[in-house]
Amino acid sequence: MAEFLQFIFSGLTVGAIYALVAIGFTLIYNASDVVNFAQGEFVMLGGMTTVFLGYAGLPLPLAALVAILFTTAVGLFLYYFAIKTARGADAVTLIIITIGASIFLRGAAEIVFDKRFHSLPPLFGDAPIRFGGAAILPQSLAVLAGAVVIVALLWVFIDRTLFGKAVIATSANRTAARLVGIDIRVIVGVCFALSAAIGAVAGILITPITLTSYNTGTLLALKGFAAVMLGGIGSALGAVVGGVLLGLFEAFAAGYISAEYKDAVAFLVILAVLFAMPQGLFGKATVERV
Amino acid sequence: MLARFHRFRLWQRHRLISLVPLAAITLFLPLLSPSAYYYRIAALVFIFAIASVGLNLLMGFAGQVSLGHAGFMGLGAYAVAIGPAQLGIPPLFSFAIGAMLSALVAFVVGRPILRLKGHYLAVATLGFGVLLAIVFANEANWTGGPDGMTVAQLTLLNWPLRGADTWYWVSAISFLVSATLALNLIDSPTGRALRAIRDSEIAARVIGVDVAQKKLMIFVVSAVYASVAGSYFALLNGYITPDASGFLRSIELVAMVVLGGMGSVTGSLVGSALLVILPQALTFFHDYEHMALGLITMSVMIFMPRGIVPSLAAALSGRAK
Amino acid sequence: MIRKNLSVAAALGVGLAIALAAGSASAQVKLGAVLSTSGPASFLGDPEKRTLDIYVQDINANGGINGQKLQLVIYDDGGDANAARTFATRLVEEDKVFAMVGGTTTGTTLAMMPVFEDAQIPFISLAGGIQIVEPVHKWVFKTPHTDTMACEKIFADLKRRNLTTVALISGTEAFGKSMRDQCIAVAPRAGISIADVENYGPADSDVTPQLTKIKSLAGVQAVINTGFGQGPAIVTRNYRQLDIAYPLYESHGVASKQYISLAGPAADGVRLPAAALLVADKLAESDKQKPVVVSYEKTFEAKTGQSVSTFGGHAYDGLMILIEATKRAGSFDKAKVRDEIEKTKGYVGTGGIVNMSPTNHLGLDLSAFRMLEIKNGDWTLVPDSNS
Repeated sequence: MAEFLQFIFSGLTVGAIYALVAIGFTLIYNASDVVNFAQGEFVMLGGMTTVFLGYAGLPLPLAALVAILFTTAVGLFLYYFAIKTARGADAVTLIIITIGASIFLRGAAEIVFDKRFHSLPPLFGDAPIRFGGAAILPQSLAVLAGAVVIVALLWVFIDRTLFGKAVIATSANRTAARLVGIDIRVIVGVCFALSAAIGAVAGILITPITLTSYNTGTLLALKGFAAVMLGGIGSALGAVVGGVLLGLFEAFAAGYISAEYKDAVAFLVILAVLFAMPQGLFGKATVERV
Repeated sequence: MLARFHRFRLWQRHRLISLVPLAAITLFLPLLSPSAYYYRIAALVFIFAIASVGLNLLMGFAGQVSLGHAGFMGLGAYAVAIGPAQLGIPPLFSFAIGAMLSALVAFVVGRPILRLKGHYLAVATLGFGVLLAIVFANEANWTGGPDGMTVAQLTLLNWPLRGADTWYWVSAISFLVSATLALNLIDSPTGRALRAIRDSEIAARVIGVDVAQKKLMIFVVSAVYASVAGSYFALLNGYITPDASGFLRSIELVAMVVLGGMGSVTGSLVGSALLVILPQALTFFHDYEHMALGLITMSVMIFMPRGIVPSLAAALSGRAK
Repeated sequence: MIRKNLSVAAALGVGLAIALAAGSASAQVKLGAVLSTSGPASFLGDPEKRTLDIYVQDINANGGINGQKLQLVIYDDGGDANAARTFATRLVEEDKVFAMVGGTTTGTTLAMMPVFEDAQIPFISLAGGIQIVEPVHKWVFKTPHTDTMACEKIFADLKRRNLTTVALISGTEAFGKSMRDQCIAVAPRAGISIADVENYGPADSDVTPQLTKIKSLAGVQAVINTGFGQGPAIVTRNYRQLDIAYPLYESHGVASKQYISLAGPAADGVRLPAAALLVADKLAESDKQKPVVVSYEKTFEAKTGQSVSTFGGHAYDGLMILIEATKRAGSFDKAKVRDEIEKTKGYVGTGGIVNMSPTNHLGLDLSAFRMLEIKNGDWTLVPDSNS
């Protein structure tokens, strides 16, 4: 029983990490149909910038705040100089642009930071919480809580504010939104900024668990993307559920099947789910118009 | 009626004429007496171009997406490594077996996977590629594990294929052949059916195209292209590691197709040339080479959103982009 | 259509021209280095690059060797064997180097070896794999200890503590897997029995499932973790998180103070085999390695602001062995330099004392490893275990 519980705790820890990364994908996709492969780099920037500002002498809370603002600025730059300039380009073209951006950001991080691994102190201390013979770190719970809070805040923002309604309008039909007087550029720009901010917060929260270095972004983006598709692209709740489920699949595969193949098993399960539900768990069934 | 037939014939020949300048360049380059380094670079360009052409058939012409195509390259590469080393099969047969194995895997996996669309298809192919890479990395008894394994030389009728210059000719000729086959496919009824599927699957179904079968067929064809490229890759290097079938390599292939121009066979060559030559040229920037690569990738896509070849062609013929 | 292909031809032509221009050679003597300064092995490649930069500059400032200044040509292969081979070919054909110190990982080294062998250029590798020097390749040498040695050192220490049943937990990347395989192979000879083998991915953030399985096994007396990078730090933290009482051994892949700062208080009590470089100031005054490691540590830390690591140390050893050999050869003739490298005897380096021979292209023995234990956030030498 203790073993099973430990696998669950491990799955929740890793799943919460994927969930936080996944949420960032959703917002940009909703506003602009772009899958932003640079999302992993936003997460990396949040963690690494905080770490290095901390080394430079800033108190950590301030460093974290500056890191979030900096990453948000990077997100805005990405939108203005890359995505907006490539107005109206194909989905695949935009994806390659975001991939180019992630290479660029990684290259910059290589030079500005260093190539070693770094950590941040956990929010609530090191001592694990013991329950039923298994142990979970308080930081894992903090990451989970962070994911839930961010989804809740996003929901309030999207559903209850005028700006949020404009985002919904943009994702439903851009031309119609433009006709109603919504400035698409502002909407998408803000969504990029928000996604970057969410990514940065994710980075700061997960670094005490995962450690960070200049190239942790790539794998996180990969897993985050898989989690998003599992949950159904376009749904923030789906992103969180997808992330947590992916983490659980991996933990159970590592515990009961084979740690070497856990990633493969997790993907196979995702594929199985997608065959049964081609829109993901919470995805909206799309109507294909001829 | 005959006139229309003649025009059709001329047009078809016209498409293939596009390969003549390419063949000319291929013959001309060795006259510059390049060193083994340049031969190697050129061979790599042609090898990746073969894989890109295959992927272009799938992405550019049939409108599907695959983020796991390096997996097929890996299958071809490891077939040609494991065959001689572990199973005593001569390299040439292993090469053929690799291609057939890739076709088989593509056939089996393709049927369920191709029912998915868009980003869902992307993540499914991604998972497939990751799965293959993990298998290659873990089954060390067969594959040598994460360190990789050496690949025996290929001998064609007692003549060993070694040396970058030999591989230059082999890969160049193979590329020209595969490009010809691709161009022929594109201009055939099957090709037109694929383009119909890309534009609208429902409309294609309405006019009687067997969408599932065509998509599966092109998936298998593109898998074979990738497998051939992978086999050449392993033989050229004499060594293969699991990274050859990894996620990053798959993304590189997609980037080659998109940067060069989706739906353009010559675009695949240009995309391949760009991504093979650029890292070599960018060493000039030392520590800044990755930033430069990212910037160049972004700029090419921003200013030539349809890819290099289509955008240049449009610009040169004065049409709006 | 025709225009389209002219544009293609133009694009290709321009591309090749750039590459051609980039490959202009100059007359200086060139030393090549293909390192993985980006990608998954970057935190090995980066200190290697910095070390080579610092010391080649230093050598040139002192007049160079054999009256000539050296030009260091460094390429980054990103951990990719294909890229490594391309750069190796470039070093041989375009840059025309006289020797090569590099090959951060076993995979990249193995891919590059045939290039240097065919060109008959001495190649000193910085990778761990035993296949690099067994069987001996005429033109290939290496400086890092083999993982077999690390296993043997750990097993010897276990026997001294009367611990004979162990569990292994390894990273699935090349280094972790290779050392795991070597430990399994060597264990029976050393009188150690391996009760369980667990694996984790090198980028995993949580290994509690695997550790839970180890914890629930009866009879396990110690755990050995083989791997490098962030993996060992995470394993160590999870180990304490799960309150596992038996001793934990790490591998020499841990190699720097960073591990201690990342693993935190969980690292206390962990033992590992390591090069003397890590405990430079704690060595006895009479220790032959002391002056070398203290000097390297001071220089590296002063010039880079980072704490020293054994990866950089291996690069230092590789460079110095090559330089000494070149001085003895009196010229840059590749065959002569190779012969002199093979004759290296009594070279005191950061990794140990090197004695090469035609059948031994590594030159280190078990005494090159020291058994260390981490106490209060710092390395200490374990007494009674150092020969």
